[in-house]
Parts: sequence; C-alpha cells; structure tokens
Amino acid sequence: MSLGFVATFISVVIALPIAALVWASVKHGGTSFWAAVSNPEAVSALKLSVMIAAIAAALNAVFGTVTAWVLVRDDFRGKSLVNAVIDLPFALPTIVAGLLLLTFYGPYSPVGVDFAFSRAGIVFALLFVTLPFVVRTVQPVLIELDREMEQAARSLGANEGTTFRRIVLPNILPGILSGVTMAFARAVGEIGSIVLIANRPFRTEMASVFILNHVAYNTSAAAAVSVVLLSISFGVLLLLGCVRRFTTRHERT
Amino acid sequence: MNVRRLSLRFVALGYLLVILLAPLGLMVWRTLAYHADAAWKAVSDPMTVHAFEVTLEATAIAVPLNTVFGILCGLAIVRRRFPGKGLVNAFIDLPLAISPVVVGLSFFLLFGRTGWFGPWLSSHGYQVLFALPAIVMVTVFVSVPFVAREVIPTLREIGDEQEQAAQTLGASGWQTFWRITLPSIRWAVVYGVVLTTARCLGEYGAVAVVSGNIEGRTQTATLRVQDYYENLSTGGIYGVSLMLAAIAVVTLILMSIVKPREERV
Repeated sequence: MSLGFVATFISVVIALPIAALVWASVKHGGTSFWAAVSNPEAVSALKLSVMIAAIAAALNAVFGTVTAWVLVRDDFRGKSLVNAVIDLPFALPTIVAGLLLLTFYGPYSPVGVDFAFSRAGIVFALLFVTLPFVVRTVQPVLIELDREMEQAARSLGANEGTTFRRIVLPNILPGILSGVTMAFARAVGEIGSIVLIANRPFRTEMASVFILNHVAYNTSAAAAVSVVLLSISFGVLLLLGCVRRFTTRHERT
Repeated sequence: MNVRRLSLRFVALGYLLVILLAPLGLMVWRTLAYHADAAWKAVSDPMTVHAFEVTLEATAIAVPLNTVFGILCGLAIVRRRFPGKGLVNAFIDLPLAISPVVVGLSFFLLFGRTGWFGPWLSSHGYQVLFALPAIVMVTVFVSVPFVAREVIPTLREIGDEQEQAAQTLGASGWQTFWRITLPSIRWAVVYGVVLTTARCLGEYGAVAVVSGNIEGRTQTATLRVQDYYENLSTGGIYGVSLMLAAIAVVTLILMSIVKPREERV
C-alpha cells in the first residue's frame, strides 16, 4: 500500500507537471521549439546562466573546501557558531538574500562598491545561495579521514603542500565534485536572489528571469527555455549519480 | 600556531563575513536604526498579515504531506526491492535540481487556460491557477526531497535487525513501525521537517509564476517583499525581510539543536 502511495505521489506531484511542460514545448513541432530557443535573447540568457553558475560553483569549490578544512582541522572560539551560520542560505528565503546583498553591495553600500544590476552582483548572489553545498559535502569526509595516512606521509619527508595534494585532496575530491555539481544545479536555475537585480535583456537577464518575464505573453518561448534548463538539471543529476557511484565503488575496494 | 593555519582561518572567516554576515548585520541595523517605524507599519499592514497567512497555509499543507511521503519513500527505498527503484531515487532529487521557475511554469501549463486540466476545471467552476491550490501544489513540489533525503541515510545506518527481532516476536508491521522504526529515525525526521518548513516559507520562483500576485488574495510573504521593492517602499522591504530573516534565524537554531550528532564539529 505504501509503495502505491509513493508511486502515485511521485507521478502526480513530480512527473505529471514535467510531462505537461515537455509536451507544451514540443506540441507545435521541432521547428517552433528551435525558433524559440535560438531567439537571441533566449540564447544570451541561457549562456549567461551557465557561465555565471559555473563561475560561482568554481569559486565556492575553493572557498567551500577551505571553510570545511578550517571547521574540521582548526580550533577557535565560536567555531560551533560559525558552523551553524553555514546553513543560513538554506534557511533564509532567497529573495531576502538578494535584498541583503543589495543593501551591502548596492547603491548605498557602506564599503563603496556598487554591484547592483551588474553581472558581478549576480555572482555574489549565487555565491551566497550555493555556499553551503561544498562545505557540507567535504566536511563529513574530512571528519572521517584517517589522520595516520597524513602522518605517515609527513614522517616520510613530504611537506604540508605535498601531503595535501597527494593524500588529502584525492580523498575529498569526490565530496568537492558532488558539492560543486549540486551548487551548479542550484545556481543555474536560481531566481529569488537575483530577480530584483538581474532583468536587463542581453546584459543581466538570466534564463530563470527570462522565463518569468515571458510566462504571460510568450508562453511557448518560456516553455522552450524551461526545457533546456530542465535538460541541464537532468544532466547534472546524471553526473551526480556517476560521482556517487564512483565514490562508493572506491570505498568498497 | 603556524602561519598557514592562521591564513586559512582568515580566508574562511573573511569569506563568511563578506558573503553572509556583514550583509545580514547591515540589513538588521539599517532596519532598526533608520526604518523602524515604517517597517513596523508595513509588517502590521493587513495585506502583509494576509500574505504571511497565505504562506503559512501552503506550508501547513505541504509539510505534513511531505513528511508522510518522505518517511514512506525512505522505507520503500531502503527496506524494499521493487522495479523502478532507481527511478524513484532520481525523481525525489529532481526538485533540488530543477529551477523553481520551471516548476511554476509546469503547473501553469497543466492548469492554465489551454493546459491539460485547465479547461475542464474552469468549466466546472474550480479555480486552481492564480489561487491557493496552485500555490500549495508548487510548494509541495519544491519541498519534496528534504525529509526523504534525511531519513534514507539514517535508515541505512540503523539496519533492520531490531525490526526483524520485533517481527519474530510477533509484532505487526504497524507496531514495528511505531515502536522501533519511527523512534530510531525521529531526529532525522525532525531535521527534515525543519528544512522542509524553511523551504516552504521562503519559496519564491514557482509561486511567482502561478500565484498571480493578487494583493490580499494570492500574495505570499516573499511576493510581498517584491511588491514593496517595486513600489520603492524601503520600510516595507526591510520590515517584511527582517521578519522572514528572523524566522530563518529561528530555523537555524532549531537545525543546530536537532542536527544528527555525527555531523557536529
């Protein structure tokens, strides 16, 4: 009985709406779908989304790994507070996140920088909302990591840099990769934190904003771009599955 | 104390300060120092109160539904073998990877004038799109994974020996669930519920597409923020945002209290 509930729930709540979306974008044939996605504004929005999401995910790969390292290996007062703060982007409504950044990096910024309505501003917003992903995937791996391997490397004459590169990095790499993949997936479709600042076509209009702007009067264009974003999501999930499979196989041997 | 360690600490804490804490602190300070009166007026505005009510209604429906689903789905994935299990596993991750706007558009196409169910529903007098039902449905969609994703690893970890022992001693499936399984996964469930609630309260993108943003009717709390932003009402933006941020901080405190032990540092 519970299996039936699970199957029904997934088909009705998740699969049915997605089927409606895919159907709406292909029912007028491939030519009109292609015309909708190859419209210059749509292409520019999709390119911008992928590019900026990749930049944000890459930056958070570095800063997220450093943060996870500091949380696990370093010790200082207030560390548990810092650890709790990492989850703030998960708890805070994204539109409020956008507003916070507009307050700090907008026209009335106390630090004298104005990133509002620019691509740099979007990167900041995406860094904010995707910050926890890499930290939270690398942190548990670092906690579990056997310190003896590192000690052995050090006693055999490897310096700190070599030990990190040859011992620690290969172990945490799957964690970093799955964190980065999730961060990218989240960033590429992000809407709430950027909607207030990223709406100039060809300059700062992301794919998600393009969809929101076109829902009412050009639904088929919005549907076509949505299907592209949806395929990116599927691709990312597949990649994530591969990373996870690789990791577990690695553990078994 | 070596230099490398200190510089790494400096980078990590500096990054958190620049991205998270300084902007949050500045917003709280500006609201309380410069816009306290206007913010209070905006928060106590009947339209704002109504917006929070709509958000709470959607949350109150989505959270129990996704909690039951999350537990059942976790049990099915971990404890049973059935065809299509990989597919179920992939589908529950989908809402994490799909853009909320795409979710909104999907429901828009399902219930809109030319959608699959739209014409039938409107000819029978049901209003789904631009009304509460659509808001509830997209909220359910975006918050599907959280309970299931917390419950699955915990179920794997505890194993099924105690459940088998209970069954051998003559307990029914129902008894085993209430006496053995649920108590051992309860913190994972609570953590998942907290995450689900936070996600429901903060939902913006999908709701923006399907709600129609009608003030006093289908406007949610996050849409209210956008409304004040578009009307250039600084006090309104800061007031509603501060209230949402306060809810987020409470959520954060709850999360750190119930967080599974092994993840603590």
